[in-house]
Amino acid sequence: MNGQPNMLSQEARARIDREVAKYPTDQKQSAVMAALRIAQEEQGWLSNAAIESVASHLDMPAIAAFEVASFYNMYDLRPIGKYKLTVCTNLPCALSGGVHAAEYLKRKLGIDLNETTPDGKFTLKEGECMGACGDAPVMLVNNVQMRCFMTPDEIDKLLAECK
Amino acid sequence: MLELEIDGKALQVKEGSTVIDAAHQAGIYIPHFCYHKKLSIAANCRMCLVQVEKAPKPLPACATPVTNGMKVFTHSDLAIKAQKGVMEFLLINHPLDCPICDQGGECQLQDLAVGYGSSSSRYQEEKRVVVNKNLGPLISTDMTRCINCTRCVRFTQEIAGEMELGQAFRGDRAEIMPFIEKTVDSELSGNIIDLCPVGALTAKPFRFAARTWELARRKSISPHDGLGGNLVVQVKHDKVLRVLPLENEHLNECWLSDKDRFSYEGLNSPDRLTKPLIKQGGAWKEVEWNQALDYVAHAMRDIVKEHGPDAVGAIVSPHGTLEEMYLAGKLMRGLGSDNIDCRLRQSDFSGRRAGTPWLGMKIAEINKLDRVLVVCSFLRKDHPLIAQRLRQAVKRGAQVSVIHAADEDLLMKLAGKIIAAPSQLPDRLAQITKAVAELKGATCDLSVAVGAEARKIAESLVSGQNAAILLGNLAQQHARASTLNALTQQLAGYLGGRFGFLGEAANSVGGYVAKAVPAGDGLDASRMLTEPRKAYLVIGAEPELDCADGVRATNALTRADSVIVLSPFKSAAALAYADAILPVAPFAETSGSFVNTEGRVQSFQAVNRPLGETRPGWKVLRVLGNLLKLDGFDFASSEAVRDEALGGGAGKPEFAGDLDNIIADVAIDLSPGGGIERVADVPIYFADALVRRAPSLQKTKDAVTPAARMNAATLAKFGVKAGEQLKVSGGGTPATLVAALDVGLPDDCLRLAAGHATTAAVGAMSGAMTVEKA
Amino acid sequence: MALIEAINPLLSAGWGKGDAGWGIGEYEQRGGYQALKRILTEKIAPEQVIAEIKASVLRGRGGAGFPTGLKWSFMPKGSGEKYVVCNTDEGEPGTFKDRDILRYDPHAVIEGMIIAGYSVGAARGYNYIHGEIFEIYDRFEQALAEARATGYLGGNILGSGFDFELFAHHGWGAYICGEESALLESIEGKKGQPRFKPPFPASFGLYGKPTTINNTETFASIPFVLRIGGEAYLNLGKPNNGGTKLFSVSGHVNKPGNYEVPMGTPFATLLEMAGGMRGGRKLKAVIPGGSSSPVLPANIIMDCTLDYDSIAKAGSMLGSGAVIVMDESVCMVKALDRLSYFYYEESCGQCTPCREGTGWLYKIVHRIEHGQGRAEDLDLLLDVGANICGRTICALGDAAVMPIQGMLRHFRAEFEYHVEHRKCLVPAELQKAGSTFHTRMMAGAPC
Ligand SMILES: Cc1cc2nc3c(=O)[nH]c(=O)nc-3n(C[C@H](O)[C@H](O)[C@H](O)COP(=O)(O)O)c2cc1C
Ligand code: SF4
Ligand code: FES
Repeated sequence: MNGQPNMLSQEARARIDREVAKYPTDQKQSAVMAALRIAQEEQGWLSNAAIESVASHLDMPAIAAFEVASFYNMYDLRPIGKYKLTVCTNLPCALSGGVHAAEYLKRKLGIDLNETTPDGKFTLKEGECMGACGDAPVMLVNNVQMRCFMTPDEIDKLLAECK
Repeated sequence: MLELEIDGKALQVKEGSTVIDAAHQAGIYIPHFCYHKKLSIAANCRMCLVQVEKAPKPLPACATPVTNGMKVFTHSDLAIKAQKGVMEFLLINHPLDCPICDQGGECQLQDLAVGYGSSSSRYQEEKRVVVNKNLGPLISTDMTRCINCTRCVRFTQEIAGEMELGQAFRGDRAEIMPFIEKTVDSELSGNIIDLCPVGALTAKPFRFAARTWELARRKSISPHDGLGGNLVVQVKHDKVLRVLPLENEHLNECWLSDKDRFSYEGLNSPDRLTKPLIKQGGAWKEVEWNQALDYVAHAMRDIVKEHGPDAVGAIVSPHGTLEEMYLAGKLMRGLGSDNIDCRLRQSDFSGRRAGTPWLGMKIAEINKLDRVLVVCSFLRKDHPLIAQRLRQAVKRGAQVSVIHAADEDLLMKLAGKIIAAPSQLPDRLAQITKAVAELKGATCDLSVAVGAEARKIAESLVSGQNAAILLGNLAQQHARASTLNALTQQLAGYLGGRFGFLGEAANSVGGYVAKAVPAGDGLDASRMLTEPRKAYLVIGAEPELDCADGVRATNALTRADSVIVLSPFKSAAALAYADAILPVAPFAETSGSFVNTEGRVQSFQAVNRPLGETRPGWKVLRVLGNLLKLDGFDFASSEAVRDEALGGGAGKPEFAGDLDNIIADVAIDLSPGGGIERVADVPIYFADALVRRAPSLQKTKDAVTPAARMNAATLAKFGVKAGEQLKVSGGGTPATLVAALDVGLPDDCLRLAAGHATTAAVGAMSGAMTVEKA
Repeated sequence: MALIEAINPLLSAGWGKGDAGWGIGEYEQRGGYQALKRILTEKIAPEQVIAEIKASVLRGRGGAGFPTGLKWSFMPKGSGEKYVVCNTDEGEPGTFKDRDILRYDPHAVIEGMIIAGYSVGAARGYNYIHGEIFEIYDRFEQALAEARATGYLGGNILGSGFDFELFAHHGWGAYICGEESALLESIEGKKGQPRFKPPFPASFGLYGKPTTINNTETFASIPFVLRIGGEAYLNLGKPNNGGTKLFSVSGHVNKPGNYEVPMGTPFATLLEMAGGMRGGRKLKAVIPGGSSSPVLPANIIMDCTLDYDSIAKAGSMLGSGAVIVMDESVCMVKALDRLSYFYYEESCGQCTPCREGTGWLYKIVHRIEHGQGRAEDLDLLLDVGANICGRTICALGDAAVMPIQGMLRHFRAEFEYHVEHRKCLVPAELQKAGSTFHTRMMAGAPC
């Protein structure tokens, strides 16, 4: 038996513990999705070490945490840019310009989907339905901020905001 | 009971049965991949789809519970169409590389594809490729062949107890994998090879060694731990190339430990002797058998003549056959000596035994226990499949507690746990005993103060209906083993439960049955070495690694006038202390019997011819008996030896008689020890001469060179950090070892594995150690 | 803010204030928590509450339309650990009503869930919220804090002796977690892989305990149903289709958004509410109940009313009420290509037909779209689809197949044209003129 180093900050662990408290005491693993999100927020992406730290904090097998991290789309298993822009291109959005928005971003940033600008600022991703089709085109900034009606003007505004 | 009809056949099944259970009961085969009777139901492969009357859609037989009056059609148009559809899906991304696949000839996908696949593919797109994973030295992967049935994943979670594999990613990107850069390290890992219905997981040591149809399949019995696992040994050109489980619900079920599965590699070790060896004028010479046997007979006769029969001692491996043990004892007693023992790692032989110590129950009964106390056992590594049975019992609600000198993760939930230095374990066990007595309102003369954890364990134990106490290897090897035995006996008495020993070796029980233990006032394994003899007969053992005190053993053997070794292997140690080494057959090359820990007598035949001039041990001992002109050595077969060993009647009884764990006349000693105490485990792949020579097992994590392990406080006491060098000694030559942190150890304990060359010279397996910074 | 206009706004009554009206004070002013208070103070028996819901014929708004009262009545009686779970994993393309419900009216869901907890004897609930709407998750957490502070959540609610705790759990990008058993697995901290059923959640749900799971809109409707009474609610709609429902209208309309209308409202009315067709182009087809429901051509949908029975009769499904409107500029092959990619991308990978089949379907459709179709491909699509449909663990398999079946039923000619001519039947200029879209993979193909 060996003690394991944990790479998460005190603060992150405290936040995770607040999530753990939402579930029955013998169901710590329930907090894994929130814990991985918190780890990703703190570290920028989910390294193996980060996943392992989450797993050991929640007393679950590392591979079980990896299963979760690799199953859900919004976890980043590779380093990404400072701003991750995820554009919904699914049919309802596409009918109202979702794909155009993605094309516009590609051109503006000079990168393709799943790529990061050389300065490490932007990563572009394609997303599936975000449940906001009425506001198309929609995109997510760093998973948590939704931007709606993203016409080229609005996109320019957004890019300018991203310092 | 429920009534149903499958393909027109009426039958009755137990409540709770699934359609596939029912079909199997009726002898009807339903194709399947993910279903496995010992694993949870996943219903993911969809191969078992059948038609059920009134159900609009085909249903998976593996997951559909039988209802009364159900009518099932496994071969209707709907069922066949569904099955063929699934088969097509399974094949679209599966490589068509059967001719180069190790699974070829025993592949469920290949077999079923013949019946359900269509000949031409409608799938014209590119096939998926999945990168291979490194699962360690035992399992080879070809993940593109994987059909995602998740049997392997479920095995690691449910049977092995630790999720070492998972299905990561999703959709058709799903991949079976360990956590990045981890391997599969379970002592049961090889079972996933059997479970994999395709060639995604295959045996690394077997890779490309043969096509399955070239192999002869022969039954045998594992020579390692006390379980007596049943084997199918696969042989080509007189070489064992693979070992698989032979299903036996009483013992190994459909599993094998990796030790049982992969130790066969040791059979092909370069250490194998092919001719008898005699030392002449300090030099070793290969000789003919008659010359060797003459030499041995003369040597023994001379010693007996000169020093008396008591000057000879026999050290017998508990992994040898009943027949060898019996003839060794008969030979010794024929010479007039009762000095024989196979309990090589034990050191406390005090007390009076009524019969042969054993498990105290059937192995299969372990699953039904509801309260268990495991005393001093490295359970997972010493008894991998018994650990697995307890794991299943825990899942069904049994409460297991442990008392031990090292906190090891048994991969099951424990009801209570006491970890204490070896010398304090008798006291702790006495506490539990006393607490149980109090809870049961019985009088108990033990004067100990009951601690909280002991009470917790006691409360757990008394709360069930069917309790048992199991004494592990460390309990048997403990310096106060008899005290532990006597306390357990008392405890079991209060509980109204059973108790017994987890037999260390394949023939630990057989050794008693065969009288390979002193019958009268002969010397036991310990005294034979502390009171050195003039001559030793060493059968199958490597005393420097297999005895409780390897240093003492080496010294005694080195000083003896004559040491006769019967072994399949040569070793540097034997070449140094022996004067004759006779090549005797390992288990695969001889007939014989093992009596397992539940007393079950299992006989087996040789699976292949002995290597070179190797001979079965029982034949060598028989001829020696003849040469020494001893009576009663005219056996025509190993069966005849066995029958005599088991008490005379012809034919093999299922179980040995005289099984009894009662011990009397024990002076209970609860005094605490002092200083730094050694905690010695015998790592799973160092436990006997055969497994020590199995190269693939030696590459596993369980076979790493032993470190000197201590908890943080003890490390600090000596001012060392993990990774630094440490000088340790326990009476023998000090050894310089790497210090390691082990948070599962009590204070003032040094865990140092036995059975390994690097620690053999240090000294006894138990007792005080000196430690200093190197 | 989404555009909202309702004929008979019950659910969306408070939405007019936009982001300002979601708080507990405003909700109480709108009559919020009255149903709960009445139940608790008058000690109305759980069976009576369930009977009222049954009478309302409120059908589950998550897609399957299962009667809610009946579902609640499946929960085992007596004490013991039980759960109530809300499904806000809204990810079915075209659906965006639950986001607005939580955004403008989170307390309606909270009240509905507390009442559900009371009715089925559960002391704990979770709301599983789609990962992509994290801001809404934050808002729901705030609403929960308000409800706790006011005493609607926690121990001994309003002195009644009834305890109920409610928590938010977020997804993180997996459509499949909208499927109820995958959602439960996800709350348990695992991959969202659906469970084989039976057993159903009512007997083996969250942590293996009896669980009632409903859609956000379903829970949000509960307080209203109880306030106006079951029968009155039923009468708002039409027989077997009680109440009003939110419809998420997206695509080629002038005013995409959520519209609450009584069940049975003509489709044409909804289209009109949504501002009619964008750019005055002609309606070509509508996917009436979220992307997995079969498409209906203009002439058929224009004759439908918005209720479970009418849409089913037309050969599709009301589903979650996500109405995707497509005008004449849309190439159906291209539309299907995008949808097929979605199901392929979102298959959980567990069961063989879906894991292998959705990829196969997508590759065929994609090939056709990119001018590499073969004559036999259309029948192959249907046959592969038939081998998936009804053979999978969950309904995602069916969901992937139904759009294909619908498209080939009504627009086969367009697909045949694509195969034969290696290009779209819809002229390029028209496609460009419509605010239509490119296919997701542009690489070197005609079209
Ligand atoms: C693939 C798939 C996706 C689903 N997605 C959702 C969803 O996003 N929201 C939802 O409420 N129900 C969804 N469902 C339906 C749920 O499984 C379940 O029927 C529903 O939540 C029950 O609630 P209700 O009875 O209130 O409708 C989905 C089902 C499937 C098969
Ligand atoms: S149908 Fe698809 S999503 Fe549903 S369980 Fe099977 S693989 Fe998973
Ligand atoms: S064996 Fe039934 S689904 Fe796999």
